[in-house]
Amino acid sequence: MAKKVLMKGNEAIAEAAIASGCLHFFGYPITPQTEISEYMAKRMPKVGGLCLQAESEVAAINMLMGAASTGSRAMTSSSSPGIALKSEGISYIAGCDLPCLIVNVQRGGPGLGGIQPSQSDYYQATRGVGHGDLRLIVLAPSSVQEMASLTAEAFDLADIYRMPAMLLADGALGQMMEPVDFEAFPKRETPEKTWATNGMHGKRAKNIVNSLYIDPNVLETTVRERYERYALLEENEVKYEEYMTDDADIVLVAFGITARICKSAIAELREAGIKAGLLRPITLWPFPKKVLGELADKTKAFLSVEMSMGQMVDDVRLAVNGKKPVHFFGRTGGVIPSVEEVAAETKKLAETL
Amino acid sequence: MILTDTPKLNILCGHYGSGKTNLAVNLALDLRNRNPGLTIYAADLDIVNPYFRTADAAEILRAANVEPLIPEFANTNVDIPSLPPKMMGMIRGDYSDAVSILDVGGDDGAVVLGMYSRFIRQTGYDMYYVINQYRPLTADPEDVYLCMRDIEAASGLTCTKIINNSSLGAETTAEDVADSVDYAHECAAKCGLPLVCHVYCPEYAPDTPDVFRQRGYGEEPLFAIRNVTKRLF
Repeated sequence: MAKKVLMKGNEAIAEAAIASGCLHFFGYPITPQTEISEYMAKRMPKVGGLCLQAESEVAAINMLMGAASTGSRAMTSSSSPGIALKSEGISYIAGCDLPCLIVNVQRGGPGLGGIQPSQSDYYQATRGVGHGDLRLIVLAPSSVQEMASLTAEAFDLADIYRMPAMLLADGALGQMMEPVDFEAFPKRETPEKTWATNGMHGKRAKNIVNSLYIDPNVLETTVRERYERYALLEENEVKYEEYMTDDADIVLVAFGITARICKSAIAELREAGIKAGLLRPITLWPFPKKVLGELADKTKAFLSVEMSMGQMVDDVRLAVNGKKPVHFFGRTGGVIPSVEEVAAETKKLAETL
Repeated sequence: MILTDTPKLNILCGHYGSGKTNLAVNLALDLRNRNPGLTIYAADLDIVNPYFRTADAAEILRAANVEPLIPEFANTNVDIPSLPPKMMGMIRGDYSDAVSILDVGGDDGAVVLGMYSRFIRQTGYDMYYVINQYRPLTADPEDVYLCMRDIEAASGLTCTKIINNSSLGAETTAEDVADSVDYAHECAAKCGLPLVCHVYCPEYAPDTPDVFRQRGYGEEPLFAIRNVTKRLF
């Protein structure tokens, strides 16, 4: 592939997955992520991989569980209501400690909602993606380049911590086009998958991939061990971007496409003499709470900007822990906030400080 | 100069994301500049792309007295590709003096043309095949040819001309455009179509004509466009 190519965000995810050694894709069409399936259908046969359109989202997630059990890199993708359908399977995958990638290119909800972009699955991704005590690694790209680089990172993190990862994008990122450089991101060392059910060949004892435990004490021990891995992840893998926060009186907090809008708003605000900055969480779980706590000692107020009725704002409040006021501005239902309205909202807040 | 008052129908087709929509709006505006009295329609026949489409440029088009014909539910939450009745009248040539630019969805999204194809043939058309070297699935002339065949099979129509719209979006340099000249000629030869022009955006690569001259491409036809794609941030 040429050094730089022009891609839709959805295509960048698919190509990055293939470049990361993913040879198994199980999908089911839904706007606005269908280009992932289409791209996979065209490319997978050329690289000796499999792109399978399942009969439903539920089938696709269970196929993913099977493929991931063998230690192969595998993924599925969908958009909001489709992820809800996959939730049972995601919980099983977490309970089986299987690394894999689940992509959510969010659209408006609840229910069938709409096909325009949204960020209203934040709670779903970070809190309620499946039943039981579980976490997903949740990565939130903010450009087409990051749709690619964080797909690669998600596969690596999933393998290292032996757990499912989610790429939480939105329809705008999925549909928009930007140049991508596939040589620009590094690969990490990942451990050998000694747990995989990929054939004993008379050389080892059998491996079991399972989420059912007969004895409650054994289940408790298993879950506790899993949470020790989650703790390591929280300690080592928090990712965020700070933008003009050094002297900021107001720190906007936004992820994904909304962070891009906030950056343009900040440029306008700075010109008008308002010291605004941005904290962009790249990992939504683990959430960058430490840096927010530190910013709370320097800045005067926070404004969480989201394409929802306010979900991440809860995590911002937990992290800021009452040290400074945390405000919220959002549009929902598939409406993308404009640069002007984010700037106006921040300005209004600045006048109260 | 690309479009004139004949044929009446000018269809833009190509691989997803080759820049058809932006080019369609620019072709309409260019035609308007040279033909103040002409009735011009810019028709959005994209039934596959949910967000970025000709309908976004409706205001720019109306301001230039170009009438946009857009799917009834474009940019709403309704995932139904229903087209307005006037589309058929336009395609049948009922508005006799009008010239139309038809922006069609990527790849086999051209299937939308199927139901109109016999009227399109009667009215008379050019079908411009828009290519972009920096799109990974059409970076190779062989793939460009196969994609054209898919489009022709889906639409029931034949591509007649090729436009080189090779671009890396806002990061496009004059060198990037010049680097695509050989590709464009190879694709034109492979597809058996005349190459109309190389497209560039002065906003991003103002020195394209200079670089073309330096590289000995002084005779290559260039067409300057502006970026009318909806901006989110």
